[in-house]
Amino acid sequence: MPERKVIVESPVGLHARPAATFVQTAAKAPIDVTVAKPGGAPVSAKSILSILALDVKNGEAIVIHAEGDGADQLLDELAAIVTHP
Amino acid sequence: MERLTGAGVSPGAGYGPAYLLGGTVPEPPAGGRHDGDPVGEIARAEAAAERVAAELSERGEMAGGDAREVLAAQALIARDPVLSAEVAELIDAGTSAERAVYEAFMRYHDMLAEIGGYLGQRVTDLDDIRDRVIAALSGIPMPGLPDKGERPYVLVARDLAPADTVLISKESVAAFVTEQGGPTSHTAILARALGVPAVVACAGASSIINGTDVLVDGTTGLVGLEPTEEEVARTMEEAATRGGVLATATGPGMTSDGHAVALLANVGGPRDLAAAVEFGAEGVGLYRTEFLFLDRETAPTEEEQEAAYREVMSAFPDRPVVVRVLDAGADKPLAFLPPTGTEPNPALGERGIRILRIFPDVMLGQLHALARAAEATSARLQVMAPMVASAEEATWFAGACRAAGIPSAGIMIEIPAAALRAADLAPAVDFFSVGTNDLAQYAFAADREVAALSDYQDPWQPVMLDLVASAASAGVPCGVCGEAGSDPALACVLAGLGVTSLSMGAPAIPWVRAALARHTLAQCRAAAADARAATTAEAARAAARAHLPGLAELSL
Repeated sequence: MPERKVIVESPVGLHARPAATFVQTAAKAPIDVTVAKPGGAPVSAKSILSILALDVKNGEAIVIHAEGDGADQLLDELAAIVTHP
Repeated sequence: MERLTGAGVSPGAGYGPAYLLGGTVPEPPAGGRHDGDPVGEIARAEAAAERVAAELSERGEMAGGDAREVLAAQALIARDPVLSAEVAELIDAGTSAERAVYEAFMRYHDMLAEIGGYLGQRVTDLDDIRDRVIAALSGIPMPGLPDKGERPYVLVARDLAPADTVLISKESVAAFVTEQGGPTSHTAILARALGVPAVVACAGASSIINGTDVLVDGTTGLVGLEPTEEEVARTMEEAATRGGVLATATGPGMTSDGHAVALLANVGGPRDLAAAVEFGAEGVGLYRTEFLFLDRETAPTEEEQEAAYREVMSAFPDRPVVVRVLDAGADKPLAFLPPTGTEPNPALGERGIRILRIFPDVMLGQLHALARAAEATSARLQVMAPMVASAEEATWFAGACRAAGIPSAGIMIEIPAAALRAADLAPAVDFFSVGTNDLAQYAFAADREVAALSDYQDPWQPVMLDLVASAASAGVPCGVCGEAGSDPALACVLAGLGVTSLSMGAPAIPWVRAALARHTLAQCRAAAADARAATTAEAARAAARAHLPGLAELSL
């Protein structure tokens, strides 16, 4: 079950430009990717509206989960977007 | 022709077919059903969403810059797979594509609105995309600006939002007409910056039918529908005559007996520079720096800022360039200056210098970039802070400017407390600049964006003249940079009150120059004294005009 728990470092949280970059990256992958707040219900990482509605703020943790070919590499890429704004 | 009347806020005459912006996509009726082919209906919905997404991306590419990213993010919403699945689910249950799109979008609209804050501000974007998809589905025209037509159009709207205006150019728009807004609304300021005639607060404007020929006089406030050729010719000629008088007014601003009043331009970014130079501005009296900061989630780097400041300063060698540091707050939230709490009255909240004191790094970065830009040019840099209320705030700001190597530090006078006790604030700073728009808003406790309250925005209100007089007699040079400075009669009164410079949208400069040049300082002072002695704005205006006979020559 490849997943990453990361702290969102972007000053605006997972909104605006970081959210758009995150979704654009996830959408390019042929496999399913989800994002959740720890203990919360996962939403599709390919859906900008679902991500915005999660309302992840700067300093909050998220869990990114993917399964299938290239999952690890994709998770690294997505984690980098939110940890290196 | 049928005549409507509003407030003329940007001079000149314009004529062209009406183009109605926004508000044209009705809500698809609740309970709307399709005719039993869910697969075809889903395909129709998806094609419409894709068409909208492609068009948004394409417009972004054309506009470039920040607009490209903003519109790319909007395209991402139009293509959202979860949203699309929800639309498909509703269609499977029998709902028509139009209604399904509406309901699916509204779910997220409500969700974001409830979260509020930054996300709450985004619901307008969401609604815009929703309307575009519904428009694409039902074959009605897309909201937003039309492509450049054969001849310039008259843009008619309830009101214009900053987002509507990214692609507006003088070549494609003959005039603006809005139903709401006042002399200081976004539309008015934009129109003056572009030099496009504009009439605001025009009752009945939104009932104008798309494509109707409209004649607009931005001085008299006339909005004529289906005018005859003679009517068009006469109005255009009158506007040209006024323009001709103005063309002969040149040189620095002064009264007929040589009392100098510097005439400066308000600029919102490098795109306003050409007009400022063209209309003979003697410098910049208000450089609004917000354009560098809006719609981004991190502050621009000092290098990026320095380049933008240098561009403006190098257009005015040896001239004053008055820069206002970032004026942000809950009414225009920025990701890197988050409001520290919810504010029921954002205009009275942590804005201007108040929020800069909470996040001083943003301001210090700006001051350093300004100081460096000034070193590279010969412009005389002056920097001022918005929303200063007390001597303590003024001292703090001036100290920060001096530490950054800024030669001249001043404050905006836009809070009545600061105007009334201007003499207490003056020793801390090198100059004042009165912002009449906010000053009126705070003096009358009347929101400047509410059209129904626009009478309170009248800068001829005698109390406004009192507040300006108090600031202008406090012992430091005192400019006026609100829209009040662009009224030629009022400009004479302000000079009579002791104001040392007037800053305005560049197209107004020739009018003010011509009005000042036709009167002596003694006439201006007499006009000011009698205007202050009046008890209403109307009476003040009449009392002043009795001392200013030269205005009639300008057909004002």
